[in-house]
Amino acid sequence: MESVLAVVIGGLYAAGMYLMVRRSIVKMIFGLALLGNAANLLIFTVGRLTRGRPPHIPPDGVVPDLPLADPVPQALILTAIVIGFGVQAFALVLIKRVYQTVGSDDQDQMTLENQERGGES
Amino acid sequence: MHSLILATAIRLLLPLMLLFSLFLLLRGHNEPGGGFVGGLVVAAAFALYTLAHGEQEGRRMLRIDPLRLVAIGLLVALLSGLLPLLGGLPFLTALWSSLPAPVIGHAGTPLLFDLGVYLLVAGMALLIIFNLMEE
Amino acid sequence: MNDMLIAIVLSGFLAALAAPALYHFFPRWAGRLCPLLPLALFACLLTVAGQVSAGTPLIFSLPWIPSLGISFSLYLDGLGLLFALLVTGIGFLVFLYTPAYMGNDVRLGRLTGWLLAFMAAMLGTTLAGNLITLFVFWELTGICSYMLIGFDHEQEEARRAALQAILVTGIGGLALLAGFILLGNISGTMELAELLGGGDIVRAHPLYLPALMLVLAGAFTKSAQFPYHFWLPSAMAAPTPVSAYLHSATMVKLGIYLLARLSPVLGGTEAWFFCLTLTGGMTLLLGAGLAIVRNDLKQILAWSTVAALGTLTLLLGLGSPLAATAAMLFLPVHALYKSALFLSAGAVDHGAGTRDISRLGGLARSMPWVAAAAGLAALSMAGMPPLAGFIAKELLYEANVQTQVWSTAVTAIAVLGSVLTVTAALLAGYLPFFGKRADPPLHPHPVDARLWLPALLPALAGLLIGLFPGYFGRWLVAPAVASILGNPIPVELALWHGINPVLWLSLATLASGLCIFALRSPLTARLPIRERDGVWGAERLYNVLLDLLPRFSSAVTNRLQSGRLRYYLMTVVGVTVSLLAYTLINTSGLPSNLPRPDGGLHEWLTAFVILAGALMATVTSSRLAAVAALGTVGYGVALIYILFGAPDLAMTQFCIETLSIILFVLVLHKLPRFTQFSSPLSRLRDLLVALSIGGIMMLLVLLAISQPLPPHLKNWFLEQSLPAGHGRNVVNVILVDFRALDTLGEITVLAVAALGVYGLLKNRDGKGT
Repeated sequence: MESVLAVVIGGLYAAGMYLMVRRSIVKMIFGLALLGNAANLLIFTVGRLTRGRPPHIPPDGVVPDLPLADPVPQALILTAIVIGFGVQAFALVLIKRVYQTVGSDDQDQMTLENQERGGES
Repeated sequence: MHSLILATAIRLLLPLMLLFSLFLLLRGHNEPGGGFVGGLVVAAAFALYTLAHGEQEGRRMLRIDPLRLVAIGLLVALLSGLLPLLGGLPFLTALWSSLPAPVIGHAGTPLLFDLGVYLLVAGMALLIIFNLMEE
Repeated sequence: MNDMLIAIVLSGFLAALAAPALYHFFPRWAGRLCPLLPLALFACLLTVAGQVSAGTPLIFSLPWIPSLGISFSLYLDGLGLLFALLVTGIGFLVFLYTPAYMGNDVRLGRLTGWLLAFMAAMLGTTLAGNLITLFVFWELTGICSYMLIGFDHEQEEARRAALQAILVTGIGGLALLAGFILLGNISGTMELAELLGGGDIVRAHPLYLPALMLVLAGAFTKSAQFPYHFWLPSAMAAPTPVSAYLHSATMVKLGIYLLARLSPVLGGTEAWFFCLTLTGGMTLLLGAGLAIVRNDLKQILAWSTVAALGTLTLLLGLGSPLAATAAMLFLPVHALYKSALFLSAGAVDHGAGTRDISRLGGLARSMPWVAAAAGLAALSMAGMPPLAGFIAKELLYEANVQTQVWSTAVTAIAVLGSVLTVTAALLAGYLPFFGKRADPPLHPHPVDARLWLPALLPALAGLLIGLFPGYFGRWLVAPAVASILGNPIPVELALWHGINPVLWLSLATLASGLCIFALRSPLTARLPIRERDGVWGAERLYNVLLDLLPRFSSAVTNRLQSGRLRYYLMTVVGVTVSLLAYTLINTSGLPSNLPRPDGGLHEWLTAFVILAGALMATVTSSRLAAVAALGTVGYGVALIYILFGAPDLAMTQFCIETLSIILFVLVLHKLPRFTQFSSPLSRLRDLLVALSIGGIMMLLVLLAISQPLPPHLKNWFLEQSLPAGHGRNVVNVILVDFRALDTLGEITVLAVAALGVYGLLKNRDGKGT
């Protein structure tokens, strides 16, 4: 199953990167979210997949009942998911503000427009 | 964006979701759950409530400024790390009470740390959502 | 006992910090206190002079970076002692002179502070016992020199000169550092005391020549050797006490110091001989020739300093015991007469209001003591008996005549340089004081003792050395010569060597110098005299390079910093993909033993849904559809987490997706509609970029999973979770216990992101737009 996920990861990276290099800045938010998912899935897959055996020690046992899923990538990804949300929210608000200030979401318009407006205020 | 069904349902769901989030936090050390997901459930509960009843009402319901929640969360997590310093142990060393407690097993500074995470994550998400809704 | 060394070096830095405050609060006393420090240091050094001269160096060492063999060590031997005495002795005179020269200038405190810092850095350089320690102090002298040349920073000329000096010597300094590192690698030590014994190993090493060239680049730039000489005359923009101290007596001699210091290690080879004699000879002729066509007193002195530095390099290149003796005698003698001349030039400027020799004349009447000092110093410079300069010149000639190779050529250069130096001495020390009264007449006012005494003292010292050369030779010159040669030799200096060819040469030199002086006015009347000739030669090249640098960097910057995110991203992606692809092809090639694709239909379906969602998000032209597609991807990934044993991740992902959708719903209607800006061609290019990164990441994952994963990390966490972490959910135990510091950092990031959003949204209200 890892090799199937490798294709999925490749697809997510490609889609995310395609959206990131758009001139329209709104699309970049979507690219950012896709890249976040791609990275999380990459860490998860490279840590190997174990079907249906979460890294929990059974309530009555003292030693882990191997094989279990690897807990280290999971701990890494858990915080990454939440931070990804924080970053995505920040990007969303930032781009909304930029759009309100500049009045365009074309990156190429933005550099010139910003300078002109910056001169006024 | 006013839906009668959502508005009614959320009045009942809000306390349940908050209870569930606490449950997730407390049992997180032994079962799936923990501070991150608990905090997100709190945020989701209040977000839904705010969607149904408006931003003013949501803020009133939360009672505490979410920014303050973020700060308290960070301080609580920090405090859990500072406590062992009093005993001459390194920063963030886990301290455990010897008494077994219901649901959580043992009480210790990792739970306090998780509580900090819970408050901070809830505060962060709500801070963003309330402010966006205000516009 | 050896703690005295560190006290000698550090006291100056401490005093430098205190000086501005001292001048601010006690302006009357500060000027009298400051000269006491160099005087005390001078006395301190004299107390150990006996021991050092007897051949026992003082050593002090503190570990600094032991793993690299770098220590903060100090080493005082005969050569260091000679320089340290010069630095403190002339320092005393300069600190005595400066307050009187500057008058009531409020910047006096700053000037004194930098001069003190410079003195300390000089002492550090000459007493350094480790190559890296030496380098650090060496660069500190350069920085102090920069601040002092640019002291009048409101003058453009001063700023230009300061920049020029620090660029030229700074680039040389970098070369020097590289040379030192090479030397350290060759010999295996950075300690001077150990290095000095390893000359044979260094000279036989294949890296000897590069190391020599790099060290020479450092020494030549610092000591203003051709073709780097041009910064020194420009540095005359500094206040006169600075010129006297840094740019004639001490700092410019650091290059000479370095050559002398490393002579036992690097010297004695053909490369050394040719480099030093050629460069020294060129510098000598150039400096002496240009000195006599200048009209500004300070410029005459600066160019003749260049000539003197050339002489010293030439002598060190010859490398014979006689040449080393001549160099070590000429060095202090030159420092004495040149500082006397500079200080009297400053006094002339102060009293008469000009430094132009065509307007100066007959000042001996109004400032007799200055005239006495300058006259005496000029006689020493011209090499008249019974002054020290005479003995130095006799030795110089003798060393040149007795050289094995190129004897005639180097002697001719030395004689020609000396003839022109005689003329320059007359221009600087005779003409302004004893020449014809100027027309229109100047109205000079007499200057007080604090301006003429510091000039008279070194001039008198030159007379004393000339009268009692034997004593000076034994106590100061001989130990320094021993340091250069690596073994002590007897040095017997005498004023009278009998009637020999060298004496005739000396007399001929004096006579020719007088002739040229007499003929100078008609000669220079025909030659156009330029006070600055920055339009040709090395300085021209420097200016061209300096102009090109900002243009080159702005061209590069404009090209690279387009201000468009996508080009930056494409650069990053392009480099990453190329490097990864290169490594993949060159090392393992493509993954071979892949696990066979397995899994049930539901797993394949989930994977397909994620891919379809990603594709949908890229091609849709509707914002709402894009949000839905993003949600599909997110929930699909959550499903993968559930299927493969990560319920914690799945729960978190579900919550996040829900919140994300709420977020998008709140903001979406305020965002612009999707617009297609790019042309089909650039979309194709973007597609290629995207596919290349996607492909390479896929390959990377395939490669990673085809290798076995050592399980000990996973097993350690699984086994320790319950006993050490008191928890059965290992993921949570890692987050809140084992790696809680990471989590603390990550929630801090969350708090910062929240603050960022808050700031962005609140700022708007604050502005009231």
